[in-house]
Amino acid sequence: MRTTLRAALIALVAIAATFGLDPFRNYQLATAAGVFAAVAGLTVLVGLTGQLSLGHAVLMAAGGYGYAAAATAVEDAAPGAGPAVVLVAGLGGAAAASGALGLLLGLAAARLRGPYLAGLTLALVIALPSAANVLPLGGDQGLPAPFFPVPEALSALIAVEQWHAWLAIAIAAVAVTPLAVIRGGRAGLRMRAVLDDETAAGLSGVDPALVKTGAFAASAIPAGLGGAVLAVATQQVTPGGYGLGFSLLLVVAAVVGGLGSIGGAAIGAVLVVVLPWLIDTAAEAVPAELGRRLDGNLAVLLFGAVVIAVVLARPDGVAGLLNRLPRRRPSTDDTAPSNHAPLSTTALSKSTKLL
Amino acid sequence: MDRFVFLLSTGLARGAVLALFALSLVIVWRAARAVNFAQAAMAAVAVYAAFAVTAASGSYWLGLACGLATGALLGAAVERGLMRRLPHRTPLPGMIGAIGLVMVLQAGLAIAFGPEHRPMRAPFSERPFVIGGVPVLSPYDLFVLATAAAVMGALALLFTKTSLGLRLRAAAFAPETSRLLGVRVPRMVTVGWTLSVATAALAALLSVPTELGLSPHAADLLFVDAFAVAVVGGLDSPLGALAAGIGVGMLSGLVTGYVSASAAPLAVLALLTVVLLLRPGGLFAAGEARKA
Repeated sequence: MRTTLRAALIALVAIAATFGLDPFRNYQLATAAGVFAAVAGLTVLVGLTGQLSLGHAVLMAAGGYGYAAAATAVEDAAPGAGPAVVLVAGLGGAAAASGALGLLLGLAAARLRGPYLAGLTLALVIALPSAANVLPLGGDQGLPAPFFPVPEALSALIAVEQWHAWLAIAIAAVAVTPLAVIRGGRAGLRMRAVLDDETAAGLSGVDPALVKTGAFAASAIPAGLGGAVLAVATQQVTPGGYGLGFSLLLVVAAVVGGLGSIGGAAIGAVLVVVLPWLIDTAAEAVPAELGRRLDGNLAVLLFGAVVIAVVLARPDGVAGLLNRLPRRRPSTDDTAPSNHAPLSTTALSKSTKLL
Repeated sequence: MDRFVFLLSTGLARGAVLALFALSLVIVWRAARAVNFAQAAMAAVAVYAAFAVTAASGSYWLGLACGLATGALLGAAVERGLMRRLPHRTPLPGMIGAIGLVMVLQAGLAIAFGPEHRPMRAPFSERPFVIGGVPVLSPYDLFVLATAAAVMGALALLFTKTSLGLRLRAAAFAPETSRLLGVRVPRMVTVGWTLSVATAALAALLSVPTELGLSPHAADLLFVDAFAVAVVGGLDSPLGALAAGIGVGMLSGLVTGYVSASAAPLAVLALLTVVLLLRPGGLFAAGEARKA
């Protein structure tokens, strides 16, 4: 209950803040809200269960496509339906599409450890443009999504970008609040138990496979709703928008914010939306040839460097720096000279024949 | 039938490159129990070094040598400078560090060399021989196959017949015992990374002239396919990497020819998913000891 109230309060503050922003900033805020929903899902997945997904952009894309298909279908079937009906149908489509894909990935995740799952999700991101061309998803052009004009009662008061920012904030709040409840409740405790020691968790009556599958699905639905937010703001879904670069940016946002922290996910999401734009604006000041090379790349270079610095120095990210309370740090005692010692038992048990 | 033979033969050359890149992933997995997600970006750096040297000197071979040296140095530097310093209790820090490295290297390449695709010429003709009216391998394909076979043979000899190979295997399988017996385990891990990235650089150098051209992302698809190959073959098994590499190369050649080019990544993804779900250890790996 407290979590819900807090989420409602934060959403109201964010909606109030849209009055202080110009239309382009409001568009950026809507984008950041969509990215925030996806990053929140990712950070809970990685931070609480230790499963790294490099493919959350594809889950966002699944949500975006599900949203566009469902909303367009409802609009065509019932032309008289109000925008609220269309929006809710679209969000249902987004949650269904991303949830189904997340459940499939979760079933795989339950059987796979670290690098295998990351590799599978990476292959999924690389295959997305092919899938968009082979499946009926509109190819490189993608699918159009319905446009929501400002309601008449508000049309004198706010611009369309601000209205979309409101919708984005509301959807993100609906997507992330259940995640916060899960994280703080029994399910979150089970996820941490599985992360710490699968065998011990299993002996205590926690089914690791069930927990991992559930965590993946629970992480996929907010990501899909985040994709729906982006579709509301841009009125289209294209495979080009959800490439490998964007997928890695989601990981960056989760890492920089601090894995497992939802507040950190908000900070990370705003950073990955605003910083590239700031840098590209600044890069316009330098000569054209250099500016063309820096465009888009300097921000990625900086993010990469920050990720390396964070993973070397502060595994708990920005949220850990902000958090004054002493928190239990993950044990790092295995960085001693014998940095492979803790692996030796698994290496031995896995050892097969030599070449 | 002619078309089938042609597709199989182009798939064979692609398969050899895939097997080589997958072998580089197997080497680093065996040395450090890690999948290097930055392998594609590091190989791309080596290919750019080769490209720059070839453009400056006019010699393909000088460029090739410089590319391999760059890959080897980069592998050693990344292991010493980054991977060694990360906690190894779980694979997560290593994977996240590698993702940071991918972003730094690829963005750095795009800033240094510009984002456009650079054409890269093969040292031999890419026009296929025609045998009995059927176009089969080109001279360049033969060069790729011969190089890949020679390098895999050399690596097999290194690992099985030399003292260094014995120490590398010992350090990978029983670090504690090896250390007690005087093997410098951390150095062996560095050697493993060096060999691995040099091999990956060679695979990328061989594959780029047959593709769209050189860009910072030129090796990304190669990495994903090679990861699938390494998983299908078993990350522990060099022979599995060879067999699965040829198999996946031919599969993607046939799918490209008979269905469409955009269906090939989906076919590889489907194969990867099926193998991961049915035999997560790979088709050629022995059973794993149960933990509970």
